Amino acid sequence: MLRYIAKRLLQTIPVLIVIATATFFMLRLAPGGPFDAEKNVTPEIKKALEKHYGMDKPLFQQYLDYMGKLLHGDLGPSFKYPNRTVIELISDCFPVSLELGCYALAFALFIGLTAGIIAAIKPNTLTDYIPMSLSMAGICLPTFILGPLLVLVFGLTLHWFNASGWDFPRDRVLPAITLGSFYAAYIARLSRAGMIEVLNQDYIRTARAKGATWPRVLFRHALKPGLQPVISFLGPAAAGILTGSFVVETIFQIPGLARFFITAAFNRDYTLVIGTVLFYAALICAFNLLVDVVQVLMNPRLRFD
Amino acid sequence: MTALPPAPAIETVPTETSESSSLWRDAWHRLSKNHLAVGGLLIVILVGFLCFLGPFFCHYSYEEQNLKLRVLPPGKAHWLGTDSLGRDLLVRVLYGGRVSLTVGLVATAVSLVIGVLYGAIAGYLGGKVDVFMMRLVDILYALPFVVFVILIMVFFGDTLRHFLIRHHATFAGSDLILLFGAIGAVEWLTMARIVRGQVISLKRQEFIEAAIALGLRKRAIILRHMVPNVLGPVIVYSTLTVPGVMLLEAFLSFLGLGVQPPMSSWGSLIKDGADNMEDASWLLIFPGFLFAITLFSLNFLGDGLRDALDVRSSKD
Repeated sequence: MLRYIAKRLLQTIPVLIVIATATFFMLRLAPGGPFDAEKNVTPEIKKALEKHYGMDKPLFQQYLDYMGKLLHGDLGPSFKYPNRTVIELISDCFPVSLELGCYALAFALFIGLTAGIIAAIKPNTLTDYIPMSLSMAGICLPTFILGPLLVLVFGLTLHWFNASGWDFPRDRVLPAITLGSFYAAYIARLSRAGMIEVLNQDYIRTARAKGATWPRVLFRHALKPGLQPVISFLGPAAAGILTGSFVVETIFQIPGLARFFITAAFNRDYTLVIGTVLFYAALICAFNLLVDVVQVLMNPRLRFD
Repeated sequence: MTALPPAPAIETVPTETSESSSLWRDAWHRLSKNHLAVGGLLIVILVGFLCFLGPFFCHYSYEEQNLKLRVLPPGKAHWLGTDSLGRDLLVRVLYGGRVSLTVGLVATAVSLVIGVLYGAIAGYLGGKVDVFMMRLVDILYALPFVVFVILIMVFFGDTLRHFLIRHHATFAGSDLILLFGAIGAVEWLTMARIVRGQVISLKRQEFIEAAIALGLRKRAIILRHMVPNVLGPVIVYSTLTVPGVMLLEAFLSFLGLGVQPPMSSWGSLIKDGADNMEDASWLLIFPGFLFAITLFSLNFLGDGLRDALDVRSSKD
């Protein structure tokens, strides 16, 4: 297993280098620069600024410099936030996004698994149809419609929650529901399908015949194999929650990394943009690896290859 | 189950023609029995007609502002009310639907071309080329793609606009070209995987071997036996890509990166609605409802098509 993890980690390195290269040249080939938007910048000052950040050198030399620093784990200074490094800025903003993502994922797993398992116990009855039609609605309602609707109903009309912000614990509720509802719906469908398949197997009937109670059969025998599809979905789900937070952080004005990233892109803060992209990519690679490992650990039929 | 076509002149051909046409006829028959899918198809057609023809019958244009009639609730003169600049919401919603549907269709077509070509080449050539090409897809799969789409839209959106202004060639929809490219470039991965898998499994099928043994030419094998068999999954997946693409477009427009004002798309209208929902909830509800119902219908249609065309998976 350690060998497998080490191999996968090694495979990540070229991927990240390719991403860094592609992003670097994509940003640089697009016109405009980080100092264009600032007013009252005389050409001399602009030149001095560019010299300070090493932007007067040829592009390829800059690329080599950047990659050299990158290999030492240095993402460079930010262009727009003087005296701050990119790593500092990311570590300031990311915890907020992480917290939001964790709540959303917890919400999705809790609601989704509960609904899916209830639906699977008695398929094609009312306890199946109601959660499943709700989940279809959850899948089709995008975050940027659901979020404002939730704000409209629970924030502006009923005044249960604040319409936006990230100051009090209850400010977490609406964003987490907005972000998590699609995944709750999807997980409900996946776990229903997985559980129905497992519950129809012979060994479940055997367990029942030997006198195991329903809860025991459900939780002891059926749950682990029945939830395999959900586990393999967690990789894409985490990536989706990451990107979903772009919209949710905009709607609820949450000071997380996603909103920060868009601002950085508009500011043409090169180092901050590349740093954030690399950070996202590494995060997704790590999560995919984690999901793959968990999958093998939970399913004895699979092997590390 | 259906009447056979009238017997053609030559004796050997008819079995083949009736066989190949009955694949599609069977699929149509199965689809027409699926009420959800038929309902979805009807709604999609209705919404399409409304969006593409409706604006011609409206008294207002999508960019016409009337500052005296700002933020009117739905009423007689303006059926769906007006927005914060006094523009008629009905015509803007219809026009926005036109943009959203166009992006959905064209960007899907872009992704379709890239995905089918890539997947077919990888599957057909096989061997090391295949391994390399699909490894690349695996790597791309693991990337935060939306991040790249955002970057493309931010960094090249301005460029394109400035370029067009410099050449006095601004036209409504210059942003759309970028959207087509950016979204199409991202959405082809799954299509490539599907087509490759299909081609590889087809290559080993007995009826292909039989066709080779019978001495059919390569062209005939590809056109007659490969293409119709790959077509089913491609159609199904394209139908399911359209709502995905529309969602991505709306997502970008919601963030202010997609369609630029005064043009509207459902995403930008939902954004406007969300900004003004405190005193004008209709601005959010109407575009949101139409968008959600269209996505809903497209998804049901896609699921129905999958059940109708892909007999193997529906039996599982």
